[in-house]
Amino acid sequence: MKNSFYCLAAISFVTFSVNAFGAEFSGYIGAQTRNFFNPPSAPEQHSNYLSAVAEPEFYQEWDNGDQNVEIKLFYRADQYDEQRTHGDIRELSWTSVFEDWELRLGISKVFWGVAETQHLVDIVNQTDLVENVDAEDKLGQQMIRASTEQDWGTIDLFVLPGFRERTFAGIEGRPRTEAIVDTSRNAIYDSSNGKNHIDLAARYSHYIGEWEFGLSLFSGTGREPTDYSFVTLSSSGQPIVVPVYSLITQLGFDGQAFFGDWTWKLEAANIEVRSGAKKGINSFKTVGGFEYTWVGIADSGMDLGFVVEYHYSDQRIIETIFDNDLATGLRFVFNDAQSSEILAGMFTDANTQAIASFIEASRRLGDSWTMEFQVRTFHGAKENRPLYSFRFDDFAQFDLNYHF
Amino acid sequence: MFFRNTVNNPLITLILLLSTQVFSTAYAGDTDAKNIERGLAIAVEADKRDTGFTDFTANMVMELRNRQGDISTRTIRLKTLEVIGDGDKSMSIFDAPADVKGTAFLTYSHAIKPDEQWLYLPALKRVKRINSKNKSGPFMGSEFAYEDLASQEVEKYTYKYLRDETIKTAEFPDGVDCFVIERYPAYEYSGYTRQLAWVNKDRYVAEKIEFYDRKNSLLKTLTNSGYKQYLGQYWRPAEMLMENHQTGKSTLLSWENYKFKTGLTDRDFSRNSLKRAR
Repeated sequence: MKNSFYCLAAISFVTFSVNAFGAEFSGYIGAQTRNFFNPPSAPEQHSNYLSAVAEPEFYQEWDNGDQNVEIKLFYRADQYDEQRTHGDIRELSWTSVFEDWELRLGISKVFWGVAETQHLVDIVNQTDLVENVDAEDKLGQQMIRASTEQDWGTIDLFVLPGFRERTFAGIEGRPRTEAIVDTSRNAIYDSSNGKNHIDLAARYSHYIGEWEFGLSLFSGTGREPTDYSFVTLSSSGQPIVVPVYSLITQLGFDGQAFFGDWTWKLEAANIEVRSGAKKGINSFKTVGGFEYTWVGIADSGMDLGFVVEYHYSDQRIIETIFDNDLATGLRFVFNDAQSSEILAGMFTDANTQAIASFIEASRRLGDSWTMEFQVRTFHGAKENRPLYSFRFDDFAQFDLNYHF
Repeated sequence: MFFRNTVNNPLITLILLLSTQVFSTAYAGDTDAKNIERGLAIAVEADKRDTGFTDFTANMVMELRNRQGDISTRTIRLKTLEVIGDGDKSMSIFDAPADVKGTAFLTYSHAIKPDEQWLYLPALKRVKRINSKNKSGPFMGSEFAYEDLASQEVEKYTYKYLRDETIKTAEFPDGVDCFVIERYPAYEYSGYTRQLAWVNKDRYVAEKIEFYDRKNSLLKTLTNSGYKQYLGQYWRPAEMLMENHQTGKSTLLSWENYKFKTGLTDRDFSRNSLKRAR
């Protein structure tokens, strides 16, 4: 619970600063319920989970907006899952803008990529997987970032000291894999300087009219484990494992093009493992597809988007869910005062016909509240495939947040 | 806001005005051609009068009102940079509602080509290029379409002068002399077949605009009010009321704190600056 202490200390500090300097203070607090439709596969797991979340944010700029400090803290308390009860410093950074360059120091987050259903090239920040299985949430990353935007494109250079381990559901958590990835034990780093390796990354991005593209390079400890190492069995007989992290070089491409109401998207990455048992392995992954938007369906102000994305991975490093899968989805944007949106879709495995489906619906209530409803289901996964672990873990999630 | 344009060339204006003269003498019988020339000349003159503002910033409160009278409010800060030889660059940053605070749009507008537009989502720290070809959709749930709020270049429409008319407004209860011109979007993805604009003869700004949908029936009416002149030249309204006749909904934009020539540069309209805009 050391994390909670730091978070509380930081929250008090932020509150104090706001009072002292009248800076900008915002964020949200919320409550979440998760209800699982089937009995769990392990006796330690539960059927209904409650949790509470807070994400306060502090921002102060000066020097005509050319310098700023941003602090964003995150904390979730989960009723049962000790690993999901976690805090994180999402942002604690100082940014300074010079004539052509922008410099950022501290803990921050960056996003790379264009695809909607998987973020393949997005590697700077570690995934906060225990937050949600969609892997959209990220942990804060220590960084020195220099960025310049020129007529010929944008260059971002990163020095990334300090590795963040991926979060995983704990023994009482759901959904979780059958093998319990125990993040309270030490992970294995198979390179000589272990988790203290200083990672480097660079990205060049540009757009020409209706075409937009980015090329990225990452060299350092891969954010995705290259393996899991068996430790022991849990009291109920499930394997307890720890993740193995290796040095990698990832070369990534992301691009999109706009044609009428069509947006075409492609992300691809080549990953070379540079340490440990899988040293020398080269792996290729890609995701590509389109989004077609029907603006103002049936003379209403509503938009309907069709999302189709194909996922491929040669699986040479580790087995992944997205090896030969098609994601199809519908996005309803109501364009109303409450910003109502529904995204519904499914991933279909072309080899095994396994299906993972999801519905995400959100809207604003009044001026300060938002609610989000999600359903995720997993069907037909074959034994020994990654999704097989989730076969009892279909669930509905409801979030109610107050924004300030 | 109306006819704000940066693609303005005094020589072209002169030629257009001269040719209007020539046409009116030579083809006095051809009233249609004459009215097309005259409509364009009015647009060009309005544009010319609004050229040279360099940049401006303003605060905007957007009130969305539905048929039942429920109101929801957004507050937005706006920055615009005049670009000579092309459409303006603009950035709009949301301060409220709280859940979209920090969300920002960056638009590089163009006369005939589609605009380039990026959306910044602060929670994901993601700068997302938006497919901006279709600009007929509502802006943040309001009765304003993206195209209504985009920078208005002369080339975005063809024009026709219809008549002179004196209309009563809040500012001119006894009536104000206007040109009534019709304009037809040149942009193929526009949501309108035509618009009718009442242009104040003295100030060359729109007092009122009617929007006709793709089926050519009256969709919306925009009423601008509380015009004030800045730097002795640039007229800006304090309020813009958009009423949708088909749904009974309306949106009121209230503008405050207009500042011109604030020293903004291209640097303030980069995608990197979009992430810092808040």
